[in-house]
Amino acid sequence: MHTRSRATARMTSGIAAACVGLLAVAGCSSDSSSASSPSDAASSGPCGTTKPTTVTMGLFGTFGFKENGLYDAYKKVCPNITVKEDVVEQSADYWTRLKTRLASGSGLDDVQAIEIGFVADVVQNHASQFVNFNDVSDAAKIKSEFYPWKWQQATSADGKDTVGLGTDTGPEAICYRSDLLKQAGMSSNPADLAKQWSSWQDFIDFGKQYKAKTGHAFVDSAASIFSTAVYQGNEAYNNAEGQPDVDKSDGVENAWSYATQAAQDGITAGLSQFSDPWNKAFSGGAFAAIACPTWMMGYIQGQAGPAGAGKWSVAPVLPGGATNWGGSWLGVPTAAKNKPAAIALVKWLSAKDQQVTMWTSKAQGGHFPSNRLAAEDPRVKDATSAYFSNAPVGKIFGAIAAEMKFPPIGLYDTQIQNTLTTQLTNVETKGTSPDQAFGDAMDQIAQITG
Amino acid sequence: VTTTTAAGTPAAEPVGTVAASAGPKRLRRPGRRSGYAYIAPFFVVFLAFSLYPWLDTAWVSLHDVRLTTYQHQTWIGLDNYRNLLSNKFFWNAFRNTVTIGIISTVPQLCLALGIAHLLNYRLRGRTFFRVAMLMPYATSLAAATVIFLELFDKNQGIVNWALQHLFHLPAVDWQGSKWPSQVAVSAIVTWRWTGYNALIYLAGMQSIDMSLYEAAAIDGASRWRQFLYVTLPGLRPTIVFTIVISTIGATQLFGEPLLYDPTGQPNGGTSNQYQTLGLLMYQQGWSYDRLGLASATAWTMFVIIVLAVLLNLYLARRRARAS
Repeated sequence: MHTRSRATARMTSGIAAACVGLLAVAGCSSDSSSASSPSDAASSGPCGTTKPTTVTMGLFGTFGFKENGLYDAYKKVCPNITVKEDVVEQSADYWTRLKTRLASGSGLDDVQAIEIGFVADVVQNHASQFVNFNDVSDAAKIKSEFYPWKWQQATSADGKDTVGLGTDTGPEAICYRSDLLKQAGMSSNPADLAKQWSSWQDFIDFGKQYKAKTGHAFVDSAASIFSTAVYQGNEAYNNAEGQPDVDKSDGVENAWSYATQAAQDGITAGLSQFSDPWNKAFSGGAFAAIACPTWMMGYIQGQAGPAGAGKWSVAPVLPGGATNWGGSWLGVPTAAKNKPAAIALVKWLSAKDQQVTMWTSKAQGGHFPSNRLAAEDPRVKDATSAYFSNAPVGKIFGAIAAEMKFPPIGLYDTQIQNTLTTQLTNVETKGTSPDQAFGDAMDQIAQITG
Repeated sequence: VTTTTAAGTPAAEPVGTVAASAGPKRLRRPGRRSGYAYIAPFFVVFLAFSLYPWLDTAWVSLHDVRLTTYQHQTWIGLDNYRNLLSNKFFWNAFRNTVTIGIISTVPQLCLALGIAHLLNYRLRGRTFFRVAMLMPYATSLAAATVIFLELFDKNQGIVNWALQHLFHLPAVDWQGSKWPSQVAVSAIVTWRWTGYNALIYLAGMQSIDMSLYEAAAIDGASRWRQFLYVTLPGLRPTIVFTIVISTIGATQLFGEPLLYDPTGQPNGGTSNQYQTLGLLMYQQGWSYDRLGLASATAWTMFVIIVLAVLLNLYLARRRARAS
């Protein structure tokens, strides 16, 4: 569902959310397992086991649990549990490794992270190899805490199998360079801009004015517009049954038309997202705006560095309507060595207080909660970001998260999106006609879906 | 040039097997049996890591296989091969592999020959030059490719700067345009492997009797004529060897074009303008999860390599007979 995994995976540096909240150590959250016959049923207490146990976590990129001190906090809740990470940098490589382990049935960690780019594959092809979170103790209560869409994306069509509990999510807004807009003599006030950017057409027209005044590109890439707008359709890459349906999708059609229009109007900087030149462009003035899921704020800080502080801001709007880019789950393979302990840890990590910490922590925060209770917590809502001109990021992203729309996801979303955005680069940099580029992309997509 | 990654190309391995078979017959010492024990480790490793994957790749190539549903393989006979041969991405990668192979191998071997010839004479600082020549080979490919990416950058690269300011030519898109990007990838290959080949030539030259050069010099032959009539004939077996090795390397070319794509994906450029067969195979197998198709590509590459090597040997033998 998104490409951030490519180059740098999760964010590299801490987030702005210059917030309150040090570690809110939260007791062994909710469950003091009393339920009937759950898969983690146990005599062994809330930590899953009373024996000294090392739980391994298979992760990709920088998840931030360790950086934000959650393992140390868990040590206080469950002194017998030690958590060890097993990290692969790129999520694509991580997924290949996870598939290999699932195929051979060995080498699996006690907890395996699942990203939105492959959660549909896990649900469809590997649900039986993961603990079903509808069967754990307090399942109904846990389910009620999450955003329904978050729960549903990790759940089989019949609603019976849920392969993991949600961690973060990526509600999107627009991040922009207020200094560059000011220099161009245009409004740089977030509320004004929100009014001017309510549709993609308005956003592109604004970009044309900016280009006319400065001669510079307005938005980083056509891919930035495309990857966002495609999920605003009723369909993105799949039909309601989850089958690839690229050439009939309203999301693809609209997103392609806006993205190619922006490319042909010359308001995009023509950089491939997550490539080196793109990374470098954050510190220069090559573009003034970018589609901005919550995790992108951390990415921008990492690339633009301290010199960018106060130059960036967040507009409380996403042209075309609220949507999401990215997000993950934590699952427990049925073959895990320490299953009960792993289930207990996953429950704890995805519970309200920990998700609040993951958003507010100064070390590696900025992971917006998928736990609804956490998202509605004042500590999350009141968060502001010093780096982004003190933007009220908690309110902005909270409002967007509450309205997000979710077209069905499928097995090949990541590859299909990569193919389409690669072809957009051709429209931007080589003057390839949009129809030709779309045809080339469809040929390539036929290779993917086989 | 590059070794291929885990996707299961067996191509490079079988070459080494021939040597071990023809043993001496004359002695019946107790050592004879233990001889097999001595070479056993090699063959065990060979069986496990070359022969088995090689055969398994053939088996997989006859199935519709995805890693995510590895347990459910469907037999589809030769469909993957049919798919490949009617597939524009395969033929594009095949053409790219051939053209990049030619643009990189031919200048590389000619340069190597010339450099080796010069280094074969007594000259001051000879050891320094010999070591310097081998430096690119010892450099990390990833690091070198990053430098080349900067050199060939469309806007800030020194190559375009030189073109514009020294030669007053227009700037070239070394990334996006087809031929320039292939030349750039070939430049990395040439830079990296010229010294290595020169060293092999140099070793070959040192086994040529120096008195032949002296005799030629006394007869008044220039260095160029000495090169043509003494060095080249003496080096023929070495040259055939380097051509064979370079052909295999060129067919498997992978690391350079992968790293030359700034997105780090095995596309070989936004229009696959420098996607080689190695990259295509990787993309099919790991990006697209289609292991069956990737295995078919691996086997097709193997057949192409065998044909190319046979063609080389045939040409070399014909030339040898002619002279």
